[in-house]
Amino acid sequence: MKVHEMIQPLALVACSGQQGLDREVSGGYTSDLLSDVMGHAREGQVWITIQAHRNVIAIASLKEIAAVILVRGRRPDEETASASDQEGIPVFSTPLDAFEASGILHGLLNAATTPGEG
Amino acid sequence: MEFHYHIEGGDFSRAGSASSEIKKILKQLNVDPRVVKRVVVALYEAEVNVVAHAREGEMKVALGPGVIEATISDKGPGIPDIALAMQEGYSTASPRVREMGFGAGMGLPNIKKNCDRLDIESVVNAGTTVKMTTFFTG
Repeated sequence: MKVHEMIQPLALVACSGQQGLDREVSGGYTSDLLSDVMGHAREGQVWITIQAHRNVIAIASLKEIAAVILVRGRRPDEETASASDQEGIPVFSTPLDAFEASGILHGLLNAATTPGEG
Repeated sequence: MEFHYHIEGGDFSRAGSASSEIKKILKQLNVDPRVVKRVVVALYEAEVNVVAHAREGEMKVALGPGVIEATISDKGPGIPDIALAMQEGYSTASPRVREMGFGAGMGLPNIKKNCDRLDIESVVNAGTTVKMTTFFTG
């Protein structure tokens, strides 16, 4: 599944880093603790979080995260958006909460990996 | 080969930039991506510890045949009880730092998991030196 394929099902607003919309999504990780993401997220995953500051992009870049989804209507501040543009890592905003967003993404990924069941 | 980076205490907008530079260099040198991933986690956590706790610090990374040795030394408060600091969940981070999602007490455990040898030396009210060694083949 590509990053842009999450936009409609997750009600995403693309905020920045739009050159990365065609990146491949391998999974998802939901956490607001940065060291948890640093220690456990994997390359190509989508990171779902409420944290919207600059360090989120630093971590996303180091971990080669496919995209970041900010939940409950959070938006990246100017610094975060500009870092996301520089790194080409898309940042989205969704009105959904982390539980709802994770559930939908999980369903999308399952449908993408088990053809015929979707 | 040896690389040096300065780390400014308290400057969260630049946190991770030294680790990011090292990551680029290791990739350019064709170090195994799995090794790079581990080293980067450990370096980032050590860098953030300097930003969150110390006045300033330095990251030195030495690359030899089959070994990466990183030393992060800072001028800061030091760690009174290293065994306690190593416990997952233990943190002395400020409320401001915790609100950002740091300070979950996972930094030092993440470092330990992502290197092969870890030595921490600390003097209270002077500073801390974290030395991490990673071995690899090829």
